[in-house]
Amino acid sequence: MVDVIHVSKEYGNKKVVDDVSVTIQKGKITSFIGPNGAGKSTLLSMISRLITKDNGEILIDGQEVTKSNSNQLAKKISILKQSNHINIRLTIRELVSFGRFPYSQGRLTKEDWAYVDEAINYMELEEMQHKYLDELSGGQRQRAYIAMVIAQNTEYILLDEPLNNLDMKHSVQIMKVLRRLTDELGKTVVIVLHDINFASCYSDYIVALKDGKVIKEGTTSEIIDRNVLNAVYDMDFQIECINNNKICIFFS
Amino acid sequence: MKFKTKMISLFIVAVVFIALFLFVDIGSNWDYVLPRRGKKILAIILTGAVIAFSTIVFQTITNNRILTPSIIGLDSLYMLIQTFLIFAMGSMNLVVVNKNVNFLISVALMVLFAGLLYKVLFKREGQNIYLLLLVGIIFGTFFGSVTTFLQVLIDPNEFQIVQDRMFASFNNVNTDLLIISFITLLAVSIYFAKFIKYLDVLSLGKEQAVNLGVDYDYVVKRLLIVIAILVSVSTALVGPITFLGLLVANVAHEFLKTYQHKHLILGSVLISIIALVGGQFIVERVFTFSTTISVIINFIGGIYFIYLLLKESKSW
Repeated sequence: MVDVIHVSKEYGNKKVVDDVSVTIQKGKITSFIGPNGAGKSTLLSMISRLITKDNGEILIDGQEVTKSNSNQLAKKISILKQSNHINIRLTIRELVSFGRFPYSQGRLTKEDWAYVDEAINYMELEEMQHKYLDELSGGQRQRAYIAMVIAQNTEYILLDEPLNNLDMKHSVQIMKVLRRLTDELGKTVVIVLHDINFASCYSDYIVALKDGKVIKEGTTSEIIDRNVLNAVYDMDFQIECINNNKICIFFS
Repeated sequence: MKFKTKMISLFIVAVVFIALFLFVDIGSNWDYVLPRRGKKILAIILTGAVIAFSTIVFQTITNNRILTPSIIGLDSLYMLIQTFLIFAMGSMNLVVVNKNVNFLISVALMVLFAGLLYKVLFKREGQNIYLLLLVGIIFGTFFGSVTTFLQVLIDPNEFQIVQDRMFASFNNVNTDLLIISFITLLAVSIYFAKFIKYLDVLSLGKEQAVNLGVDYDYVVKRLLIVIAILVSVSTALVGPITFLGLLVANVAHEFLKTYQHKHLILGSVLISIIALVGGQFIVERVFTFSTTISVIINFIGGIYFIYLLLKESKSW
């Protein structure tokens, strides 16, 4: 369980995250939704210790993040940011093998390579595993990065807009993989999403943020609600039920 | 070419150059010539290794392949320290005359500066590479200007001593410092050994490194200190050589085509030794001391960079 308790973060005088308290349940997909600048990515980065927080506490299984051993934490929680620019030339397989660093410190054992193979299979990248990252399309590259996170084999997986720049097919594919990760392997996935229909169809729990504050959190059916979404996004939503999924219509 | 063949051929070329340097035209007084050449070649190898090593590590922690430690002003700082010591204490003072004492003081100050630089540049969040470059260049220019200012003020005789330390030259290698340099390099290498595993991960960028459990601040701070010590060693031995590190690190990347630092460091050290020993050999035998090695390195380095630029622009 991840407990975020009264956490704040300021850039200059602007409060990007303002006194946020959230609890993330184990074994579920939790989505952070909200307009641009709501503080979703910042919150995710603070949970994963990429940036420091100004106030408050973040406990992962009861342990404060900033006080934990970084290497131990890397076996427990992993994060994938939305832009991943790597300066060196790597093949998919090499990239995925980096996911084993917390366990092997760079000297991969047979067992580590087994995890690498498994992660590559999971993301269906076997055929292109020896291709270089700069030869791949955006969707393939994103899958390679997710494979790396899977190889890291952490209980908590944080993803910052993993569907960015992907077409529908690849977006669905990635969301299905995340669903399988939670359902089959019992992982806890936290994900920042802009497409609320993906949030509605694939997540168990949703946290709606706006201006650095949590507007409302709850199960998917509680949040995908006309009044809540209208308040979060300042626009008019129409919600229809199609195949037992709530679909938001907001194009007009 | 296979990776192993590349490494072995680099090694062979390096050994051949060293042998050429040591034994060509040795004449009959070899018991006089050989120790002198030996000392010189040791200094060259040491410098080459140190420059390659520090540049590769620096480029990895800054995630940028056009940066060298000299761009952020580390070797201008060294010159400033030398000039200031002579300015403040006079050329006859112990800290100037005794090269070992001088060396230790310089190293201490460089490490201090590296610590400060780290505080300013790496500790705060959201720092980007352009700020590092900008601050570094400003620091470098600032140190250079202060050095010039102090040099204008001091006695012309003392200026001679400063000048002697100002230009990179293997013709008057500081052989007095060989032993202490060697010990320093050895100690630093042993200390560095426990950090080498982090370098590959650091080359993925800060966020990935943190994600993979590297204690980023701790590691980068220590690596910067290692770099500061290494730059002190090379600058103390021969003076500032700006271009070599950049050249050698990039040739190593291009030639070896690997991301693994254990190979990159070894390869770049070998390339660096080849460049320096070969260059010095040409200076002594072909040009008979009518030019310096920096001219040759800059000439070949410049051509190589134009080639790289042309090649890159074609592939786009």
